[in-house]
Amino acid sequence: MASKKINGIYIKDAFTLAGEKESMASKDNYDIIINDYYYHEKTFEQAEIKMQKVVIDNLMRQNKLTSKDISFLVSSDLSNQIAVSSITASYYNIPFLGVYSACASFIESLIIASEFLISKRKGYAICVTSSHNLHAEKQFRFPIEYGAPKPKTTTLTATGAASLLLTKEETNIKLESYTIGKAVDMGIKDATNMGAVMAPAAANVLMEHLSDTQRDPSYYDIIITGDLGSVGSKIFKEYLKRSQNIILKNHLDAGKELYLKSQNAFSGASGPVTLPLYFLNRILKQKKYQKILLIATGSLHNPLFVNQKMSIPSIAHALSLEVK
Amino acid sequence: MDKDEYQKLVKEYTPKENKLKKAFLAFITGGAIAFIGQVIASILQESFGMNTTESYTWLCLITIFTGSFLTSLGFFDNWVSKLGCGLLIPTTGFAHSITSSALDVKKDGLVTGLGASFFKLAGSVLLYGIISAFFLAILGVIIYG
Repeated sequence: MASKKINGIYIKDAFTLAGEKESMASKDNYDIIINDYYYHEKTFEQAEIKMQKVVIDNLMRQNKLTSKDISFLVSSDLSNQIAVSSITASYYNIPFLGVYSACASFIESLIIASEFLISKRKGYAICVTSSHNLHAEKQFRFPIEYGAPKPKTTTLTATGAASLLLTKEETNIKLESYTIGKAVDMGIKDATNMGAVMAPAAANVLMEHLSDTQRDPSYYDIIITGDLGSVGSKIFKEYLKRSQNIILKNHLDAGKELYLKSQNAFSGASGPVTLPLYFLNRILKQKKYQKILLIATGSLHNPLFVNQKMSIPSIAHALSLEVK
Repeated sequence: MDKDEYQKLVKEYTPKENKLKKAFLAFITGGAIAFIGQVIASILQESFGMNTTESYTWLCLITIFTGSFLTSLGFFDNWVSKLGCGLLIPTTGFAHSITSSALDVKKDGLVTGLGASFFKLAGSVLLYGIISAFFLAILGVIIYG
């Protein structure tokens, strides 16, 4: 069984940094907003490293912790060989795990960190994720200045970084259970239609989670998927309806909601930071929902294999939270 | 649901691109560039006393320079993403692809970055341009002697 209950792991605090474009929909909520893609550094890659450093430093400062207090750091990003996370980790004296499952990385890192933390008597773990629009664009698509015409299904990588502090002390946000998803390949080869690539993975993990926990979708106040975008959300719902006969009413998609409609953002936002930015700043601060299911979706897209005409596999992980 | 069914579902829910509008935009912009090019060539011929071949060589240089220069100023990519092939097919697009690759890797070192990635996109234009020119030349020799 891929699902498991989590005992006694809580979210203590979080820190988020967002690009200007990502913050347009809710300006007051973010801790830091940057309006410069270089973030006073020489390159976009170095800017992303700085973004990760800033969110870790501020999270530790807010909670009066030093690197000695942190048991481990689990981080993720989109760069080749997750170099951004690795270089950031080298600045801290904290045991480090780098994880990659594209845009599902953040939930993966939460699952790993909480699983490690359970076996400890006390302690803290930090989960970090980041993505940078221009860094990702340069790596996964055309050169950024090229301005290749984009189809309506395209999602744009969000710029931002988020860090989260997990603890064994009781707080009002509890990690309840998780489900590890399976890699799914439905034969989609179009790298500009990530929503279609990831929708079946999200649906499968949702079904798996519901059947393992013997729950109904209405058990949750809200089910939030990662970055399916507006096109992917429609496909996701239709897929659930046709294959499982489930009609989802309490569903939101972080990628679809992150940008304003007036921002002309094609299908929506993508990138591992989309879900934490939306969830931490817009959902948690609303204090409206008690039982939340997060489904982070990742398209395991590799430009090399896309060029070799291979279809793109995808993955999704689910994490259930209870907010008091 | 199997793969075929799923692909049908995806096709159903993928928003349609307005191809007619895009083709029209490309036609207008491409045509406008050709028109400006002809005006420049005529000016070169009339005012600078060049013959046709010379003036076209200069015209080519001028369009390449303009394309690169506008890209380096940072707004040409926005035009390209809106106007599409109208800007990409003329020489402006070729110049734009080289300059954008160069700008992309400018911080990655002169040899490993700039030198290696300069023709990232333009490489295909060059290669297939030269190959087709080669075969067309052979065809020309066969037909016209």
